[in-house]
Amino acid sequence: MVVVRITAMHMSDGLVDIPTAAVFGAVAVIGLALAVTRARRDLDDRTAPMAGLVTAFVFAVQMINFPILPGASGHLLGGALVAILVGPWVGALCIAIVLAVQALLFADGGLTTLGTNITNMALISVFVGYGVAMALRGLARRSRAGLVATAFVAALVATVGASLGFVLEYAIGGAAGAALGTVFALMSGLHALIGVGEGVITAATIGAVAAIRPDLVYLLRGTAAPLELRTATEGTGA
Amino acid sequence: MSVPSKDRRAMGFFVGLLLAALLIAGGLSYFASSAPDGLDTVARNGCVLTEDGEPESGTCIAQNAQDSATAGSPLADYAVGGGEGTTGLAGVLGVVACLAVGGGLFWVLRRRDS
Repeated sequence: MVVVRITAMHMSDGLVDIPTAAVFGAVAVIGLALAVTRARRDLDDRTAPMAGLVTAFVFAVQMINFPILPGASGHLLGGALVAILVGPWVGALCIAIVLAVQALLFADGGLTTLGTNITNMALISVFVGYGVAMALRGLARRSRAGLVATAFVAALVATVGASLGFVLEYAIGGAAGAALGTVFALMSGLHALIGVGEGVITAATIGAVAAIRPDLVYLLRGTAAPLELRTATEGTGA
Repeated sequence: MSVPSKDRRAMGFFVGLLLAALLIAGGLSYFASSAPDGLDTVARNGCVLTEDGEPESGTCIAQNAQDSATAGSPLADYAVGGGEGTTGLAGVLGVVACLAVGGGLFWVLRRRDS
């Protein structure tokens, strides 16, 4: 039997120097503090449990590395997924909790690089994903197919966005070992491929949630949920 | 007072979402690719690697990687106590931890004006 070893998926300690790690640690703290204050308005008795479960779901799906090239794999980051399901502020907190649990309990991602990992995946990925989803909101609200297509594109762009966060951090204070141009080309190229996988998983998940509970999809808030209308009609008919 | 049907429907969906997370972390995780991910692939580019994937010779970013301060954690590397074949159990514990921390934080932060 092949023993599956899931090891490091995020930036380890030592990949950027301490000043750079400290700067992005501060970026992460400021971003998350803002997220805590903004998340309140998006959380109620119904969406708070949803957000907790979405956090657990992202942790689970992040464990599933899928092959992208011989000898290379990718896994979900989840930025666009959480942005579309629970909104960007709550979503940033979801991903940050996943990253903290991974770093503290599973030794996945360094402690000094927790700030860079949060910046890339909880801030950049979530807000790039949210930006793309909002730009395509008209399409997303028109039909289920539109929503699924929006989720795919948002996830693809968000994944490449997160990878460019690493390139930026490497440019500022990365450890030696590779030329910046090479890092940029490889990171963006590989994450365009990973982004396709991220897009498929995100689109499938959003499509499934929207089919069952469209009222729990943040991006669809304010639109009449077809399921609710049908139930109401059945209830008052006959 | 009876539970409104909308709340019961919400409970059903939430239970389904939790089961999906538990099945993915507890079962599907055994089928995950063990090849290095995108970042790891870039970090190891330029190095000749040992069988374990550690940089042996050459020049690459991964040579600067240090073990995490939590490398001795009982759940390090998604295994319980370092035991082989415990990925699923480690995953289930991670799901529970994320649900507890996330659910707790979001429940405390929620609006209570309704």
